[in-house]
Amino acid sequence: MTPRIEVVAIDSLMVRLFDTIDEGNMPWILAASQRLRDAFGQQLIDLVPSYTTLMVQFDLAPGEARQRILQALEGLRPDAGQAGRRHEIPVWYHASVGPELPVLAARAGMSEAEVIRLHCARDYPVFALGFAPGFGFMGLVDERLATPRLSTPRKRVAAGSVGIAERQTAAYPAVSPGGWNLIGRTPVRLFDREREGYSLLQPGDRVRFVAVERSEFINLGGDDSPLEAQA
Amino acid sequence: MSQLRVEASTALCLLQDAGRFGVRHLGVTQGGALDWVAMRWANWLLGNALDSAVVEIALGGFSVVAEQDCVLALAGADLDAQVDGQAVAPWTSFNLGKGQRLTLRQPRQGVRAYLAVPGGFVGESVLGSCSTVVREELGGLDGQGRALVKGEVLHAAGAIAGQIGAPNRRSHVPEALRPVYAEKPVLDLVMGAQIGDFGGTSLFEAFNRDWTLDSRADRMGIRLLGPQLVYQGAPMISEGIPLGAVQVPPDGQPIVLLNDRQTIGGYPRLGALTPLALAQLAQCMPGTAVRFRAVVQDEAWREQQAYLSRWG
Repeated sequence: MTPRIEVVAIDSLMVRLFDTIDEGNMPWILAASQRLRDAFGQQLIDLVPSYTTLMVQFDLAPGEARQRILQALEGLRPDAGQAGRRHEIPVWYHASVGPELPVLAARAGMSEAEVIRLHCARDYPVFALGFAPGFGFMGLVDERLATPRLSTPRKRVAAGSVGIAERQTAAYPAVSPGGWNLIGRTPVRLFDREREGYSLLQPGDRVRFVAVERSEFINLGGDDSPLEAQA
Repeated sequence: MSQLRVEASTALCLLQDAGRFGVRHLGVTQGGALDWVAMRWANWLLGNALDSAVVEIALGGFSVVAEQDCVLALAGADLDAQVDGQAVAPWTSFNLGKGQRLTLRQPRQGVRAYLAVPGGFVGESVLGSCSTVVREELGGLDGQGRALVKGEVLHAAGAIAGQIGAPNRRSHVPEALRPVYAEKPVLDLVMGAQIGDFGGTSLFEAFNRDWTLDSRADRMGIRLLGPQLVYQGAPMISEGIPLGAVQVPPDGQPIVLLNDRQTIGGYPRLGALTPLALAQLAQCMPGTAVRFRAVVQDEAWREQQAYLSRWG
């Protein structure tokens, strides 16, 4: 594989590894990420992986940085699976905290239980974090669950809300505006400034959602306040 | 010990330093002073580390009272600063005696002023920085990402009552080194990979027509109004967004992305403004006309290194 290297800013280059979104991209992106961190060391300012790319920001002359990237990625092999972690994330799927759960079921012509089963049926790689601290873009969900974003985003989405947009899925780490179709809520804290690494999810991790009852959701510290009521 | 008490503030008066780094892959934005040049001069006047925490004051409406004798420094915009009614020139250090009031009223030139104290302001460091990012609830005095409010007390990390003229204390920034806030700034733009995917007419217009700063502007980005730019390339998949990216959404009107931008996005970009261009842009009022000048990455890098050498 020969990555393309593109100019993005005075001190940043984009390493383009793929042209399409695919779950198979992540082992390559993880491997490239590790090699670049090793190659740049203290001269790496930031490294932003996304679906098909890695943006490298450096404290180094751009020509040297380009050479260093090329050398680091020579003979790149996909990560064998040790790097990313696997998380099981409990979710209480219910219309009171996931108002689009019935909507998705009706759209797909299936029961809510079947929507839940399909959402929990596979491991999703974390393609990228963005939008807000700790917000992981994951996918791809079963095609039958694919649903466009809300035409008017909500002004407030509760922390922990689990949603679907097209074939991607995510959980909101904090209260924020949002246009994803909400189907449930997790009690898990996704971003915590006291945690080592701050974010539960890291690019390249894998996530399996696990359906839990309301009682377990509450026991795990979940807040079941209806959507617009939570501060 | 109490040092400076905030008497008046706005949502645009924020504790800032150079920002957060090494966390962009977690979706955490950069934050930091929009005019990093002025931040550095304010700190330089007091012999501080150049990235020490300062107060960024946009448009005025800020006032503090000294609870003990202080030495302070101001750089950046001329916001009609006064100590008990006496004018304070920007780009200088000055004394604020116990009980005296410093007021920054309104813009006379530029938009953002930077107030420094010896050793920098004390803030709660979160993820390596005390830069205030309201949207992410990070940084500031207590770490929760709040703007400064009336009644809060600001502390200096160093000895606050040093004398002007003492070692490491400078009275003013030399005239020749102060940035010039031009009426119509020319902003250097490092050309990015998608530049060839804009039509020929669009490219000509991007670099030869005026762009007017829209009033829709905040620390995430500034919209520009002008000719409609047409992107002819394939739709993009979201990827990392650098500081200063000039992205072009489907309406063809560019947005310059600033320190509090989202970390990834999928709009095509002309490229990214240089740090010096961003410092100029941070001092432009809505309605200001600007032009872009295309530069290549290596040349921009060398210019930046040369500029940084003025601080030694």
